[in-house]
Amino acid sequence: MTYIVKPKNHHPLLEKNELGLTRRDYEGAVSTLCAGCGHDSISSAIVEACFQLSIESYKVAKLSGIGCSSKAPAYFLNQSHGFNSVHGRMPSIATGAAMANHELLYLGISGDGDSASIGIGQFIHCARRQLNMTYIVENNGTYGLTKGQFSATNDLESKSKYGDDNLFPSIDLPSMAIQLGASFVARSFSGDKEQLVPLLKAALSHKGFSFLDIISPCVTFNNHNTSTKSYDYIREHNDALSRPDFVPSGKEILTDYPKGSTVDVPLHDGSLLSLEKISENYDPADKIKAIQNIQESQRDGKVLTGLLYVDPEAKDLKEILNVSDKPLNEMDLNDLCPGSEKLKDINSGLK
Amino acid sequence: MKIKSVNDFVIKFANVNGSGSASANQMFAKGVFRSGIPVSPKNIFPSNIQGLPTWFEVRVNEKGYLGRREGIDLFVAMNPQSYQKDVEELKAGGYLIYDSSWKRDFGREDINILEIPLTKLCVQEFTNPKQRLLFKNLGYVGLLASILEMDKDIYISLIEEQFKGKEKLIEPNVKALNIGYNYAEENFKDYCDIKVNKSNKTDGLILTSGNDAAGLGCVYGGATVCAWYPITPSTSLAESYSKYSEKMRVEIGTEKNKFAFIQAEDELAAMGMTIGANWNGARAFTATSGPGVSLMSEFIGLAYFAEVPTVLFNVQRGGPSTGMPTRTQQSDILCSAYASHGDTKHILLIPSDPKECFDFAVEAFDLADRLQTPVIVLLDLDLGMNDWSTKEFEWDDNNQYDRGKVLSKEDLDVIEKFGRYLDVDGDGIPYRTYPGTHPEKGAYFTRGTSHDEYAGYTEDGVKNAEMLTRLVKKFQTASSLVPSPVFNQEKNTSSMGIIYFGSTDCSMQEALDVLDEQNLNIDAMRIRAFPFNLEVWEFIEDHDLLFIVEQNRDGQMRTLIMAEGGIIPDKLVSILCFDGQPITAEHITNKINAHISGKPALVAS
Repeated sequence: MTYIVKPKNHHPLLEKNELGLTRRDYEGAVSTLCAGCGHDSISSAIVEACFQLSIESYKVAKLSGIGCSSKAPAYFLNQSHGFNSVHGRMPSIATGAAMANHELLYLGISGDGDSASIGIGQFIHCARRQLNMTYIVENNGTYGLTKGQFSATNDLESKSKYGDDNLFPSIDLPSMAIQLGASFVARSFSGDKEQLVPLLKAALSHKGFSFLDIISPCVTFNNHNTSTKSYDYIREHNDALSRPDFVPSGKEILTDYPKGSTVDVPLHDGSLLSLEKISENYDPADKIKAIQNIQESQRDGKVLTGLLYVDPEAKDLKEILNVSDKPLNEMDLNDLCPGSEKLKDINSGLK
Repeated sequence: MKIKSVNDFVIKFANVNGSGSASANQMFAKGVFRSGIPVSPKNIFPSNIQGLPTWFEVRVNEKGYLGRREGIDLFVAMNPQSYQKDVEELKAGGYLIYDSSWKRDFGREDINILEIPLTKLCVQEFTNPKQRLLFKNLGYVGLLASILEMDKDIYISLIEEQFKGKEKLIEPNVKALNIGYNYAEENFKDYCDIKVNKSNKTDGLILTSGNDAAGLGCVYGGATVCAWYPITPSTSLAESYSKYSEKMRVEIGTEKNKFAFIQAEDELAAMGMTIGANWNGARAFTATSGPGVSLMSEFIGLAYFAEVPTVLFNVQRGGPSTGMPTRTQQSDILCSAYASHGDTKHILLIPSDPKECFDFAVEAFDLADRLQTPVIVLLDLDLGMNDWSTKEFEWDDNNQYDRGKVLSKEDLDVIEKFGRYLDVDGDGIPYRTYPGTHPEKGAYFTRGTSHDEYAGYTEDGVKNAEMLTRLVKKFQTASSLVPSPVFNQEKNTSSMGIIYFGSTDCSMQEALDVLDEQNLNIDAMRIRAFPFNLEVWEFIEDHDLLFIVEQNRDGQMRTLIMAEGGIIPDKLVSILCFDGQPITAEHITNKINAHISGKPALVAS
């Protein structure tokens, strides 16, 4: 993972958030991804979302696997601990980390190779276990670092840059995530900041497994005119379900959507996700309808984006396992060791 | 002819698996243990749930020799499928007990046969078909109590303890015990010349398995996260941790758990979770066996290179591949010591009995935290799954956990520039921070890619070589921190030495006594850890010829000693056993004698 350190000088008039921090404080090293890479737009959307939410960077753990997407955590949130693990295994690292300390915010960055192929088992079980984290797949349908092989999310009809046919159908990660029990599932596009930033803010505020499939074109290997993951293709076929607006806890709702046209989702931390319906059929609380919407739009050759499904009341892994509120990594010998008297009892029970 | 013996015999049970026999056989062993005589019960079971032959062997030995011994003195044959083979194993003058509801001629004149129509008796006494089947087991336990002249009340109290809270079950179980006991009192009074006489040789001992002890050690050692995937023979280690945690690690008032017990989707995930939790400052471990270690290897390399503490219990079974999942071996020495691609090496702790499993489990977390690297505790199936007569567990309430070099917020405040991989103290061990400690300092990127002292990615080969060299220095530091070997003599007096490790200990103690009786003076050393510390090398240096006793085919410990110490192969003679059965004292002494008398001892039985 290559990176270039950025200078720390800030312009004195930069906008500040509630913590007195500027957007620059949420940045990372200079990206070494290709110029125009969708992943860089996602990194800047993450910076924007964290800035707006006034998140304390050092309370975030950013985790990734291997691939172009997995390099991205170096390019945002400099003050966060990062863990660039092995290919497809970020979910298990995140699971262990979150069990050790449930008080941090866990942000996982993965790619379509990392999550839909080598790591699909871990992705599945992480969603199924309702780990409290935000899991982003920066989805470009190709293996960038190894120079352009098809990935499992590349659409069947989408040819390679060199004209090769794709032989196998694509895996749709959002449908899978919904079926597996993820409690927040959205799809977005790296080029649609207006949609992406509020979705990210909501995902980060949601308690439970928040999954975002973000189409993020690869300018080098998958942005040609026979690709269905190119900038042009997504812009043309983007079928947004709703326009999201994120209202932080205690803030007034300022959206000017016409009455009856919105769906409001109150999140666990007191914030609100206000969604202006674009599609008539839209009900993000309805699991079955959510999957149906995805499949119908696929049939019609469109790319459905927006919040697909949400259950703000779902239990997370910590609750399911009934783990203590005091983080396990803060417990010391007094909390954990049963002591010599108990051991004597155990000894006498083994006689 | 009848074998005559007091408090020294081997009894074997042959049953059908899934018939509830193991707990009755266990109860028999415990009854002998409570009579004050050390026992070593061994469950020899198939990789199957129901219907196949299974055996259970108990060595009863007042001197405390608990290794397996060939030759059966008493056979309880309850499975017609295996009658023929079972009867062959019985020594001349031995005793055969079988269910004579269906009479059988065993074709041996040199054994003593005790017929008891167990099925018929149980059908008479019980109406429930399940009970009719199950209670045959307690029936023969009752018979044994009578012919061995044991105190029947011991078994009655064992039944009462087992069914505490389910009192209704006590009466029929005692009745089943009495069926066998009374039948034997009437028919076999003074027939058997093998006896169990009460003794006091189990004072200070407990009867438990290595897996149970290691799971308990993890609780005492402060482990809060256990991520695991079921695999024989390690499953009961994770389950032991869960069982003891549920008893002793629940917050009073909130009833919430001071632990997280996660059954992962596979061994890869189990290891990933273990690393993630340790990275974040919890003590976490996983338990597995050979196939799991193979799957975890990529992650073990990450933990080694990124320097994340990790504790892994490898309860070895028969390999290679799926191998013999329910048989024992010590054949993962090399794959544990060097797990993962690239230049890697790992700390191994090798306990020899359940007491040491408990102690080494506790120590593994201290070493992992201190050294920021994987620590692999090597058990084997015999040690892990079978009950051993072992010393009582001990805990000193003044013990403290050694969390190693972890910087607090206050530490970071006074540091100008934090370097995650800087060798500040010259011992090869850097300082680490937990995520979320300090708003401005201490954050870094944990990565498996090549990195510099500040955890930044680098493709500078010289820098990478420096990092790899520092890891060697850290490993040298480790050699002075891991448990020292145990010597059987205060001072070396022989030109010959024996090196052994792990569960071989019990057979080795007996073998050494036998060699001593044969006037063969050989020094002995039990290795307890890798990297080998100075004392190990001194012992090797001190002797011209060394026998290395291992339960594997390739002499893996020998290879490790040769590779790590540049020791001349000619000096190291392998004594091997890899048939899946625990090694016996007789096997060791025979091979040593054969070598000394000029016959090479390289090939195992």
